[in-house]
Amino acid sequence: MKEAVYISGAPSAGPDLQELLGLVARGDQDAFAKVYDAVSGPVLGLVRSVLRDPAQSEEVAQEVLVEVWRTAPRFRASRGSAMNWVLTLAHRRAVDRVRSAEASAAREHRAALLDRTPAFDQVTEQVESRLEREQVRRCVRTLSELQRQSVTLAYYRGLTYREVSELLSVPLGTIKTRLRDGLIRLRDCLGVSA
Amino acid sequence: MSNAELHTLTGAYALHALPDTERVAFERHLRDCEACAVEVRELSETAARLGLAVADTPPRGLRDRVLREITTVRQESPSGIGRDRSGGAADRGDSTTGRGAGGTGQGGRRPRYALAACLAAAVGFGGIAAWQHRAAQDARQEARAAQQQNEQLAQVLAAPDAKASSGTMKGGAKGTVVVSQSENRAVFMASGMRQPPSGKVYQLWFDDRGTMRSAGLMNTPAASDAVLLDGPVDGASGIGITVEPAGGSAQPTSAPLALMNFPAA
Repeated sequence: MKEAVYISGAPSAGPDLQELLGLVARGDQDAFAKVYDAVSGPVLGLVRSVLRDPAQSEEVAQEVLVEVWRTAPRFRASRGSAMNWVLTLAHRRAVDRVRSAEASAAREHRAALLDRTPAFDQVTEQVESRLEREQVRRCVRTLSELQRQSVTLAYYRGLTYREVSELLSVPLGTIKTRLRDGLIRLRDCLGVSA
Repeated sequence: MSNAELHTLTGAYALHALPDTERVAFERHLRDCEACAVEVRELSETAARLGLAVADTPPRGLRDRVLREITTVRQESPSGIGRDRSGGAADRGDSTTGRGAGGTGQGGRRPRYALAACLAAAVGFGGIAAWQHRAAQDARQEARAAQQQNEQLAQVLAAPDAKASSGTMKGGAKGTVVVSQSENRAVFMASGMRQPPSGKVYQLWFDDRGTMRSAGLMNTPAASDAVLLDGPVDGASGIGITVEPAGGSAQPTSAPLALMNFPAA
């Protein structure tokens, strides 16, 4: 697999995370501590952007990180990057949680979802994270308004495309298309290849 | 839904924005659409970058808790064999990685085609009944799930000379055996198998022209399960499955639930 091209510096988690996961797969707890240090920030941030509630987010993040340990033997580098594998686990867990009955009942003020911009404002000291955030922010700005809203509501808020369609009062087919062409534009802007 | 319509779902799929029923339909489509699978991978990597951009600083206590917890959590084996399948967490883990947009279908693609081609060849060869073709499709779906669990098992299914044959067992469960002479291994897949009676296990056997050679136990037959048979195929002409006392037997002690011959090479 070709690594993604990073315009303004690669996240440090990139190159050797895969090797570390290989060690973790063989039960290396020290290697897992390093994996934790590389992925826990993104995992928690992503889960928190979907769930909002800090305590619940921490709980789910912990579940995800333990899941990384447990299922590391099944990671296959041929199918995608290590970070993608971890964040896919995290997003899936967060989305499952937010779509469970109780959680959706709690999300009564759906309109409020619209007001919130993606949580690019969180403070981290890590330079790599700042660079990453700047780059994503720049690329998100290249999207059309509808692309941006569709992608961020789906990804950062865990809405299904039907929910996005209802929320924005835009036909389903249009949302499907915007999710795809929005991501494609981001892909090209970020220089992602797989 | 047409293929063109399905194709536009790559974005929604990569963002986990499909409701479950549509996700399942799309994953079915992904299996036959190489271009979609590539696009899903790229869009999934793109989504991960959105995730990286919201990284947060975790509280110190989380690190300690996680590092403590993992010392008590057993890891899955790479093959998936022998892992605990009774827990909900294990199943969740499967589905999470299985449908995880990043890993979707990549590993499974070639094996599926290889097996599909073989099945098509088998149908052309012998004019096999329609129900059996359906069983083969089930088998292919089962094969897909199995690949995620077990690379070695996948190798058998992926082998260019992999051949499948299906049959109905005593009790109504369906069995499919896939054999690859080049890998010298065989895989057994069952659907609809009940749990064995208490204190009993299912045992698989290679049929060495009338002499049964143990090919391992099926510990927990799930509703649909795939098992790599222990040991080489060598000269075996087929497989058998029996119910044996817990721990298994050196020789079959009961009449077989099924005897299945390997398909002719």
